[in-house]
Amino acid sequence: MPNKWPKKNISLSGIQEDRVSDMKELHTQYKQKARRLTAAVGTTQAAILLLFIALWEAAGRQRWIDPLLFSYPTKLIKQLWSSMADGSIWPHIGMTVSETIIGFLLGTLVGTAIAALLWWFPFLSRVLDPYLVVLNSLPKVALGPLFIVSLGPGFTSIVAVTLSVTVIITTINIYNRFREIDAGYIKVVRLFGANRAQLFRLVILPASFPVIISALKVNVGLAWIGVIVGEFLVAKLGLGYLMIYGFQVFNFTLVLSTLIVIAVVATIMYQLVSILERKLTSGWRER
Amino acid sequence: MAGEDYRLELKDVSHVYVNEKGASLAVEKLNLTVRRGEFVSLVGPSGCGKTTILSMLAGLFPPSSGQVLLAGVPVLGPSKLVGYMLQQDFLFPWRTIRDNAAIGLEITGGKTAAALKEVDRLLTELGLPGSGTKYPHELSGGMRQRVALARMLATNPEVMLLDEPFSALDLHIKLQLEDLVDETLTRLGKTAVLVTHDLAEAVAMSDRVIVLAANPGRIVKQLEVPEEIRQVTPMEARKLPGFQDVFDQLWAELNRVEGGGGHAE
Repeated sequence: MPNKWPKKNISLSGIQEDRVSDMKELHTQYKQKARRLTAAVGTTQAAILLLFIALWEAAGRQRWIDPLLFSYPTKLIKQLWSSMADGSIWPHIGMTVSETIIGFLLGTLVGTAIAALLWWFPFLSRVLDPYLVVLNSLPKVALGPLFIVSLGPGFTSIVAVTLSVTVIITTINIYNRFREIDAGYIKVVRLFGANRAQLFRLVILPASFPVIISALKVNVGLAWIGVIVGEFLVAKLGLGYLMIYGFQVFNFTLVLSTLIVIAVVATIMYQLVSILERKLTSGWRER
Repeated sequence: MAGEDYRLELKDVSHVYVNEKGASLAVEKLNLTVRRGEFVSLVGPSGCGKTTILSMLAGLFPPSSGQVLLAGVPVLGPSKLVGYMLQQDFLFPWRTIRDNAAIGLEITGGKTAAALKEVDRLLTELGLPGSGTKYPHELSGGMRQRVALARMLATNPEVMLLDEPFSALDLHIKLQLEDLVDETLTRLGKTAVLVTHDLAEAVAMSDRVIVLAANPGRIVKQLEVPEEIRQVTPMEARKLPGFQDVFDQLWAELNRVEGGGGHAE
């Protein structure tokens, strides 16, 4: 859209032709400068990464660091390649990704539902306030063993660990947003005689939409913590299991290569949710 | 419905606000009648209960004592018969202009295809043709307040309560909108109550100006605006020779109410 402006100016305004070309020139210069800066940033980022990998490789091969503990990049790549080629890594990735997706979706959903309940029953929210504060400051992954005992080792208890990490903070953030909504918006619908359900559906929920989406984004990161810790504790399948197995057999190449897989998959997931966020909130902006 | 006399009445109305700090008397023993089709303005120092009065007329809360009547019937809650315009537009940023204007219809269950067509016609009439599918952030402040006007008119209320709807606008836009609102309400024959800080606006738009005093809020003076000023648009009214007289009277009255303070602006 902005590119169309100069054209419009020629036909609509009285700006002289030479001024217009001058302005175009300035704009082109500005864009070139911006592009050069972006390129410089990208180059520096790539250089840092390459330098790090090269140093690591050299340090490992020259035995500046113990390769048994810290391994080195070519060993990691070989390990990754073979586990991908023989297909042994895919079930682990699939398991962990599905646990994470279910964890952050369910965490956001349940958190929003509880926030809605608190909004609907102000008495309940006052009663529960201190409990939420305590639960929020508690390190919830410590509850992991409890879930394993009660829900059995496996998928369910890992998702439960994930929920314990995501639900409380989601509830608090979204409920706070519910309460912050400008009283003027609420007055508008009340003046038309809206009941509480209409108020929630027409004002409270849509006004909190951006916060819910950003909770989804935060929960992707939290769900990864929950899932990996859960798998550390109990699983027979998954990337967390693979890491703990690597520790146990003292195969740090396996541990580190799994960490790389986690970094890549988590980044992809985060980017996908970011794209979703942009799509869902593109229609409207706060003033 | 057509023959109904939509007059507004306050009978011995007092209201007390209660909170942790204590109880405060906002308005005391108010008696006021607004005839059908009449345009009344409320002016007065801050704390004189102007917004309290509007809220009770709108049915947002009942008075602590006394009665609020619309067409002889006690006002017990918000109703379709009463429209309200706020100081800010409070358009929902996630709704299109058409959906914003139609929100009252959606709440009262009247959102039909025909009603939506009516909303589009209303938007066009108020100087917003073709903006139904736009979003609020694409519109200027004056345009947005027009949408708020359309939102109020869409449910076809009989009584309009205007809570300083022009005070956040630039002077130029404000004068335009005053004319638009005045012309629209006169044409539709609606009863209106305007709360304002702007004395010139009160004189230019209303049939009657009511001066309130603060602590507690009470009526101290009612001023009938002369016929020749009433009959013209607010913009033209400001140019009439009689306008300054009425304005000066009101100015003197307000100074007296505020205890002689404030000689300048």
